Amino acid sequence: MGAARFWIVSFIVAIAFLLLTRGLIGNEYYFFAAYQVLQFIVLATAWNILGGYTGYTNFGTGAFFAVGAYSAVVLHKLTSLPLPVMMLVGGVTSGIVGFGMGYLTLRLRGVFFAIATLALAIVAQTLIVNWDFVGGSRGIYVIRPQQSPIYGSYIQYLYSLMLALTWISVAIARTIERSTLGLGFNAIRDDEQAAEAAGVPTLQLKLISTTLSGALMGMSGAPLPYYVTYLDPASSFNLSYAVNSVAMPMIGGMTSWIGPVVGAVLLGTIQQLATVTISSALNLLIVGVLLIVFVVIAPNGIVGLVQSRQRARLR
Amino acid sequence: MPASILEVRGLGKRFGGFVALEGINLTVAAGERLGLIGPNGSGKSTLVNCLSGTLHHDSGTAVFDGHAIDGMPAFQRTRLGLARSFQLPKPFRSLNLVDNLRIPLLYTVNARHGARLSAAAIDERCRALLADVGLADKALHLPRDLTQVEMRKLELARAVASAPRLLFADEAMAGLSPSEVEEILLVLFRLNEQGITIVLIEHIMRAVMSFSTRLVVLVAGQKIADGSPQEAIRNPEVERAYLGE
Amino acid sequence: MISLDLAVNAIVSGLLLGGFYAAVTVGVTISFGMLDIVNIAHPAFIMLGSFVAYIVNSSFGIDPILIGVVMAPVFFLVGMAVYQIYYYAFERRGEESIQGLAFFFGLLFVGEVGLILVFGVDYRFVEAPYIGPSLHLGFVDLPLRMLIPFLVSLLMLAMLQVFLGRTFIGRAILAVSQDRLALQLMAANPSRVKRIAFGISIATASVAGALLIIIQPVEPSIGRDYIGRIFAICVLGGMTSFPGMLAGAVLIGVAESITATFYGPSWAPAVAFGFLLLTLAVRPAGILGR
Repeated sequence: MGAARFWIVSFIVAIAFLLLTRGLIGNEYYFFAAYQVLQFIVLATAWNILGGYTGYTNFGTGAFFAVGAYSAVVLHKLTSLPLPVMMLVGGVTSGIVGFGMGYLTLRLRGVFFAIATLALAIVAQTLIVNWDFVGGSRGIYVIRPQQSPIYGSYIQYLYSLMLALTWISVAIARTIERSTLGLGFNAIRDDEQAAEAAGVPTLQLKLISTTLSGALMGMSGAPLPYYVTYLDPASSFNLSYAVNSVAMPMIGGMTSWIGPVVGAVLLGTIQQLATVTISSALNLLIVGVLLIVFVVIAPNGIVGLVQSRQRARLR
Repeated sequence: MPASILEVRGLGKRFGGFVALEGINLTVAAGERLGLIGPNGSGKSTLVNCLSGTLHHDSGTAVFDGHAIDGMPAFQRTRLGLARSFQLPKPFRSLNLVDNLRIPLLYTVNARHGARLSAAAIDERCRALLADVGLADKALHLPRDLTQVEMRKLELARAVASAPRLLFADEAMAGLSPSEVEEILLVLFRLNEQGITIVLIEHIMRAVMSFSTRLVVLVAGQKIADGSPQEAIRNPEVERAYLGE
Repeated sequence: MISLDLAVNAIVSGLLLGGFYAAVTVGVTISFGMLDIVNIAHPAFIMLGSFVAYIVNSSFGIDPILIGVVMAPVFFLVGMAVYQIYYYAFERRGEESIQGLAFFFGLLFVGEVGLILVFGVDYRFVEAPYIGPSLHLGFVDLPLRMLIPFLVSLLMLAMLQVFLGRTFIGRAILAVSQDRLALQLMAANPSRVKRIAFGISIATASVAGALLIIIQPVEPSIGRDYIGRIFAICVLGGMTSFPGMLAGAVLIGVAESITATFYGPSWAPAVAFGFLLLTLAVRPAGILGR
């Protein structure tokens, strides 16, 4: 769809979700569940900028997410800044971590990069576990404010913020996809040596990719302390964030912004349903199994399947 | 005396204990057609990698078009005008042919000082480049739909898209049939006529002899001959290297 | 004031641990170092080995090392099956990078969650006569529950080294790791050889898992700590060399042991990962070079 149409349609969809759901004020559960799904859309989209577009697999999503969350905790204890500002700060700190990670791993072949991201996540977790100011391994309690700065309950406020962030992330992803930057990312993914030989400044682009991806992940983690009210390293660095942020773009499709959205909505909703009906451990199993199945059978994800069916029909 | 576009002094490269190149001195004159030959493992590709920036040499200096390029990242060398094609074609597999050529145009040509090409101009130039190598009808195809020789042509076209002054053509004809070799040679001759200095690294002697105005021979990491093709072949050391003792 | 007693025991303990870490890593040295298959799910197979040893030991009282050895052929078959899927899905299509990685990541995750669902998150341990007693040499303690796995590890490494160097299949595996094309020209099918090699790499996990549960009680999420250790050791060791791997394993074992003794166990997981990052940044060819 063309640029103008995208902006208008997506904006309308976002506003629609915002306004129409005001009527659900009584049913808090919708906002809890939707917040989670939106959060996943942001994580999946952010992951895909580095993973799907640039070809670098990041297993350390939990680290960036948690850095955003813990940045918010620090700000909450030291200041009384409004949450959107905390989200920006979370984004900046995670962005710096992303930049640092990119800089340290810039010479690594794809596989070693992935393992290094995992290493980074463990190191970051160990640092937080040993930092008493934010609660260490015991965790920390955060009081959710009674009043929402806009309308409705605080949970609805969190939901609106996450909705806005989702719209921004998807818009960024789509803009990159069609730009010179996106083409450069793709060249790096397809053949980094050839890209460098063709004049692409691969180091700079990789740093942009890791920083941007990390920043968006951090921003999605900043509201978490208010959402869960109890934050501890085990849950915020949880490997389930890593698996989900890998599985959603893979299952949805990695070549365009639509894939992570489709994957996140699909898997996110399944997990919400499963958590309510079965156990939460089993729903993680489902994600893992789906990941394996899709990766083996449909490596280009759902979007890829749709595209090849379209192409077959054209012949 | 034609201006020299590339000056290499005492270039050396080792991999651990293995000396791949040692004390290489080389001067490439602007506009010439230089042939670079040598037995397998003599260091030809390593030399190309070191000069193009894919690898960094350990010792010696290289000056391209007046700029010292020691330690310079590959993309900057390309922007200076030093391009190379890869021995095994490395196309951007998920992009169609037009987009494959768009990359060097966006990232090299547009990155240089001077007029930036508009999107329409870039598109036009991509198609013109494809037409030059006879790939115009496959413009929107993906690289996997190409034959071997077409991949080689795409590889050359992409190197040329960066509007280079010097092109290293690294074994662009290996494994091709005689008529296909002719096709590639014609492309290279035409590029040279347009003013691009070409260094041809090749095993196919017929092609090298007919193409080169000067021949450099590498054996075991060292230069053992440098002169007109006829002279270089008659050099007894070169004979020994190719035919054995 | 650093107590000499404490320091020496920490080092000895680290040495014994290092030998065990080599057994844990040898499977990945084969699959990743030699075959270029990024099996980050290897810790999941080790945990599987630990829990298999736990079940059989707690039901029948059989010695865990014996269980590990007897189950190795089963793990070998499982490994071959996994490779078949990997080959069919990725290697054959030539797209080995992101999707292959995601495949093994999925396996790692499914393995851990599967074990949690079946066994829960409680720590499990085995019983054997050598778990408990220690040898005492002066002020140095040699707990048998660490000494025996150390010796078994070295034995397994030696046997593998002999296998790779002296048997036909072993040498074919070494050949594949160095030059796939040459092997094809010799009319040996590389994927058949790789399948056997991958099977062997998983078979080592059976033994390594049994050794692990002797050294310490296990619960399913321990596997995650081992990802970093395994790849850190593999890279430190230069990817394909057994002696290098052993050196790297001992280095990390000692570093972890000293860190745990003097700074507390909560810092230990970061040690291996820290080493890994450092090695990758500074000297990717490993400590003994390639």
